[in-house]
Amino acid sequence: MGLFRSEEMALCQLFLQSEAAYACISELGELGLAQFRDLNPDVNAFQRKFVNEVRRCDEMERKLRFLEKEIKKDEIPMLDTGDNPDAPAPREMIDLEATFEKLENEMKEVNANAEALMRNFLELTELKHILRKTQSFFEEAEHGYDHQALSDPGMADEHLGLLGEEGLRAAGQALRLGFVAGVIHRERLPAFERMLWRACHGNVFLKQAEIDTPLEDPVTGTQVNKTVFIIFFQGDQLKSRVQKICEGFRATLYPCPETPAERREMAIGVMTRIEDLNTVLGQTQDHRHRVLVAAAKNIKVWYIKVCKIKAIYHTLNMFNLDVTQKCLIGECWCSVADLDRVQQALRRATEHSGSSVPSILNRMATKKRPPTFNRTNRFTSVFQGIVDAYGVATYQEVNPAPYTIISFPFLFSLMFGDTGHGTIMFLFALWMVIKEKKLLAAKSDNEIWNMFFGGRYIILLMGAFSIHAGILYNDIFAKSMNIFGSAWYPNMTLYSPEHIGGHKEATLDPRDAYDNNTYPFGMDPVWQLAKNKIPFLNSFKMKLSVIIGISQMLFGVILSAMNHRFFKDRISFFFEFIPQVVFLLSIFGYLIGLIVFKWIAFDASKSGIAPSLLIHLINMFLMSYPTEPESATTFYSGQKFVQLILLAVAVICIPWMLVMKPVLLKMKHAKEGTGTISAQHTTVTTEDGQVVEQGQGDHPVPPPPQTHAEDDEKFSFGEAMVHQSIHTIEYCLGCVSHTASYLRLWALSLAHAELSEVLWNMVFAIGLKQNGILGAVLIFMVFTPWAALTVTILLLMEGLSAFLHTLRLHW
Amino acid sequence: MGILIPIIVMTLFWGLIGLIGPFIIPKGPNRWVVQVMIVMTCVCCWLFWAITFLAQLNPLFGPMLEKKVVYLMQDVWKP
Repeated sequence: MGLFRSEEMALCQLFLQSEAAYACISELGELGLAQFRDLNPDVNAFQRKFVNEVRRCDEMERKLRFLEKEIKKDEIPMLDTGDNPDAPAPREMIDLEATFEKLENEMKEVNANAEALMRNFLELTELKHILRKTQSFFEEAEHGYDHQALSDPGMADEHLGLLGEEGLRAAGQALRLGFVAGVIHRERLPAFERMLWRACHGNVFLKQAEIDTPLEDPVTGTQVNKTVFIIFFQGDQLKSRVQKICEGFRATLYPCPETPAERREMAIGVMTRIEDLNTVLGQTQDHRHRVLVAAAKNIKVWYIKVCKIKAIYHTLNMFNLDVTQKCLIGECWCSVADLDRVQQALRRATEHSGSSVPSILNRMATKKRPPTFNRTNRFTSVFQGIVDAYGVATYQEVNPAPYTIISFPFLFSLMFGDTGHGTIMFLFALWMVIKEKKLLAAKSDNEIWNMFFGGRYIILLMGAFSIHAGILYNDIFAKSMNIFGSAWYPNMTLYSPEHIGGHKEATLDPRDAYDNNTYPFGMDPVWQLAKNKIPFLNSFKMKLSVIIGISQMLFGVILSAMNHRFFKDRISFFFEFIPQVVFLLSIFGYLIGLIVFKWIAFDASKSGIAPSLLIHLINMFLMSYPTEPESATTFYSGQKFVQLILLAVAVICIPWMLVMKPVLLKMKHAKEGTGTISAQHTTVTTEDGQVVEQGQGDHPVPPPPQTHAEDDEKFSFGEAMVHQSIHTIEYCLGCVSHTASYLRLWALSLAHAELSEVLWNMVFAIGLKQNGILGAVLIFMVFTPWAALTVTILLLMEGLSAFLHTLRLHW
Repeated sequence: MGILIPIIVMTLFWGLIGLIGPFIIPKGPNRWVVQVMIVMTCVCCWLFWAITFLAQLNPLFGPMLEKKVVYLMQDVWKP
């Protein structure tokens, strides 16, 4: 019965020898069958016993993260063997720490070296560029000056004449101009230029040249574009000002010799130094790469190891320390069926650690409510997940997950019913299921893909049910198939051209065009062609969803009855379950009855007097029975009487649910009241006695941690009453609102069918309407958008929305 | 084809699967789950089919068809 109820759980006490504790927890952790209770809930994280170890693990994790970042930076593939190393022994931890420490230091050193070298390299390259660019500035300037002076004396005269003496002086002094050369970020240049102009009142001359190749920033490793500039100015005051501005804009200044010969010499020096640096840099990078490649091989395994160590110490932190410090005491929940395996693991671990005293696992009697444990497998875990997302059932309550396995895809298919889309979905899921192992191995980080992959079984079932629903709705990409022969046939004589005459459409009359051989499986294909398809399908799908919905609600209530039976809760059974069922049946069960009755009893000859069920239901609540119009009058004898009775029953059910249970509980409690307290007191002492015995007398047992005080459940009438009234109101309103919300089955199914039909008519039909080769070409061209739209809109979007709605309905 | 034949066939089909299926599942830890699945499938599918069938049993109105569709039907679906 693995999935139907939570497994039977037992609270166990663990006595672990301190030297074996680590190994024991490691074994238990690999097994994953025990849930430990925190025995020191009021001790904060820093006061616990193994806080140091946890901290060391944190430190190791930090180092590993650092290494991983470096590895990623260098784009070295990390080897993921997928094997699962055992948790290392505590002494191995020191080795690990040492290894990481060494690696980290090495990395840091290499990085620091590389950074220094890079900075050096950058400076040299910048200098090289400066020398090269300034060379051209100077040459230009000289040439320009010569050129101007030699070839155009008239111009020089003019210049002279215009500027007068001042111009002359300026020209003379220009030869003794000071200059500063440097490099600046390209994007800072305009601001820099403006600042210079303003600060120096336009008395400086800036020349610039862009460096073509982007340079690498040694700190961040990003590529930056820079510009060489050279500033000419006059006088020391301006010089200091310019230098300050350069500093402010974080431009780097380089010394630049004045004479061309010196410049050439310097350039040669720089070039050789750059060459040297390059070789050194290459060696450093090689070294770094080697270290990282070595680390990349092991990093995943290290991660797992460190995680395991950390988890073990975390668990050990939840343990109580014995007074003699020799023994750790912990409590855990584990499934009764797995107790043997846990015991075995403990034995194995004790042997392993070479401890002489065995570790002991005791079952304890408790009144605490155990945690819920549903054993799942690959297939069922998805459904369990869906159910748990809404709420985890309390211990040993009926688990709705196994029923969800079918009901969820079924409801989905009601909305998604289309054979074509269902097939695509089914095949996709089938592919994932068949390739499961391969896909699992190729772990993907893509969240969306993982979501689909995790839900592959649910998608498989949803696809299968959608195919079924599609056949019943007779929808394949919004087209119908006529397998069994339609029940409708327009008579040659009655529907001849003379009869139809000038009308564009003809409505077939069920009395003469329907041959009483109802289409045996699914919708009659004639409706796909009909103009009034939607009114017909609406009425059908609405009724369908109401019937399915009410059945499911009834099923849910019956599940709750199974709970009551299991817990031998007679009060709840008679005063909660029975009125609930009666309430549901007297209103909504009756509605289903009416629906079926209308389908069977009214045929086309009586279509005029066929009742409108909605009106009838409303009238039933209003207790009004009008005689006009005909569709609202009673349609069977005694209807008024039956409906009044049903309504009365439903109304009676409400106080039945509301009042009886709390009152009975109170009476019961009052009767037992005094007896239980003394009884409980005795059980506590006996339990203590047992525990002392089981502790073998060696170790004084710590006081049983305030468990028994919590166990005693206080009863207060007011609380029970409030609880019950909330429950009742929720149920009654829930019935109505859920019925209404099941109508979304209809709405979504309608929307889906319409969308796919529109898609067909608007897109694919374009191709079909053309004749000859043009048509073929058009079909070819149109197929791609049609298929793409089908997959994206209909499959993915509609699928998701239907999925969400199904989810909503299950809650 | 009368209306009885489909009713009998479909009910028998799902009924047989639902009644016999659970007994032929091999024993194993998941036997219960598979049994529940089979029974639920049968009940759901039968219910779905039954509703679809009943809804069309006595149509209150007929399909409204375009003229050319009527003529085409007379031609193609000739009994």
